[in-house]
Amino acid sequence: MSGHHTDVEEHDATNAYQSLSQTTAVDDPRWAFGTGVEDVQAEITSPVPDGVDPADLAAYCLMLGDDALICSHRISEWVSNAPELEEEVALANTALDLLGQARVLLARAGHVEGLGSTAGSAGSAGRGRDEDALAYLRTESQFRNVALAELGDELDFARAIARLLIFSTWRLALLHRLLGSRDPVIAAVAGKGVKELTYHRDYAARWTLRLGDGTDESHRRMQAALDAIWPYVEELFRTSDEERRLVEAGVAVDPAQTRAEVDAVLDEVLAKATLTRPQRPAIGTIGGRGGRQGLHTEQLGHVLAEMQSLARQHPGATW
Amino acid sequence: MVSGAPASARSRARTVVAQVVDPEMPMLTLDDLGVVRGVEVDDHGGVTVTITPTYSGCPAIEVMRDDLRATLGEAGYDRVEVRTVLSPPWSTDWISDDGRRKLAEAGVAPPGRVGPRPTGPIPLTLTPPSAAVRCPRCGSPATEEVSRFGPTACTALRRCPSCREPFEHMKEI
Repeated sequence: MSGHHTDVEEHDATNAYQSLSQTTAVDDPRWAFGTGVEDVQAEITSPVPDGVDPADLAAYCLMLGDDALICSHRISEWVSNAPELEEEVALANTALDLLGQARVLLARAGHVEGLGSTAGSAGSAGRGRDEDALAYLRTESQFRNVALAELGDELDFARAIARLLIFSTWRLALLHRLLGSRDPVIAAVAGKGVKELTYHRDYAARWTLRLGDGTDESHRRMQAALDAIWPYVEELFRTSDEERRLVEAGVAVDPAQTRAEVDAVLDEVLAKATLTRPQRPAIGTIGGRGGRQGLHTEQLGHVLAEMQSLARQHPGATW
Repeated sequence: MVSGAPASARSRARTVVAQVVDPEMPMLTLDDLGVVRGVEVDDHGGVTVTITPTYSGCPAIEVMRDDLRATLGEAGYDRVEVRTVLSPPWSTDWISDDGRRKLAEAGVAPPGRVGPRPTGPIPLTLTPPSAAVRCPRCGSPATEEVSRFGPTACTALRRCPSCREPFEHMKEI
């Protein structure tokens, strides 16, 4: 059978599917969800930098990873719903980039949490949860993402663009500063993420221009979208206790320090798009808690219900 | 280096790895694409291949891993480990000249040169870059971007007003 074709010389370079059929001899069962493969990611097991509390580092990797994971899921809801095929492809690619960033960060969080508070003691490594367990088996209050990532777009394309504009501008500013993080995994994710987010931000900015400076109706809807999500912008610049400690250790960036850059980019785009910067009061914290402390809007529950249902109903399912 | 295997064993394994093609762009080998970071053979014939993903979420990486294991297995290497590393991040600048020629021959416009990352905040690009992307079919330099995001993470969609054909462009990263 051609599926067990063995002569590499005869590989048909024009047949993209041949290589798929050739792998059957060493094929793994396909998981019904998650990755199902033990990814040998060389950097994940890097030692925790000196002077860094592993619990803080694990929490920080969850924050950065959950932002990407949850926002990726919300963006992926546009697949089969976007106004045009090109936009569907663009949004799917954007979601995929964020999912890739999330996978590495969750895997790092799991590895580091496995080291526990007794870092360095023999045999303590490897007890942490893997990326799938972290994505599919945590409850709402264990997620550390900002609220902006979890908001639903309600099939309003302007909402998708407004969120992506703000999210990618902010995340690009964060990751750009994390290129020099003392944690090698965070620095590596930043190295790739900066390139990807540059494309995401340009995409969202160009659509903001097109909609804002388009017809009366597109302008009205783009402005309404910005107004709707603006109360969630303030949270992006609040510094958590973990971040504060990790800034000292050279691992994290203080999100408050990205504010001037984010504001400048947003002001430039909004001005060119003839849109007005919304003046709306920010959603506050409750008892000092927000997304970074596991306190979420009711919208995260909707995301998790869909994202986790298969994994929870059929643990370890393969096909 | 640390490996006790003779250089010839390494170079044979390297040759086998060099034949494996990219699952999404099968006109390119993984070597052409510039994603192979290293091939090591230990004293007992175990092979460790280190590759790097093009994009963080590139789904092809798992197929690459399977293809590498299968191809090396067919060449007699039973113990194969495929590791991935993220840093330094892959750049289209790593695509070989041979790979660029193969892309163009297959109708995919090769990427321009990116060069070193500039320092300071990354500027917004609100209009498609004017850098000329030649039509891989008719050679016209005046082509238009249709969408930054194409059928794979690494390509953009363009069209050529001269020959009226759409084509893919491997976008610079």
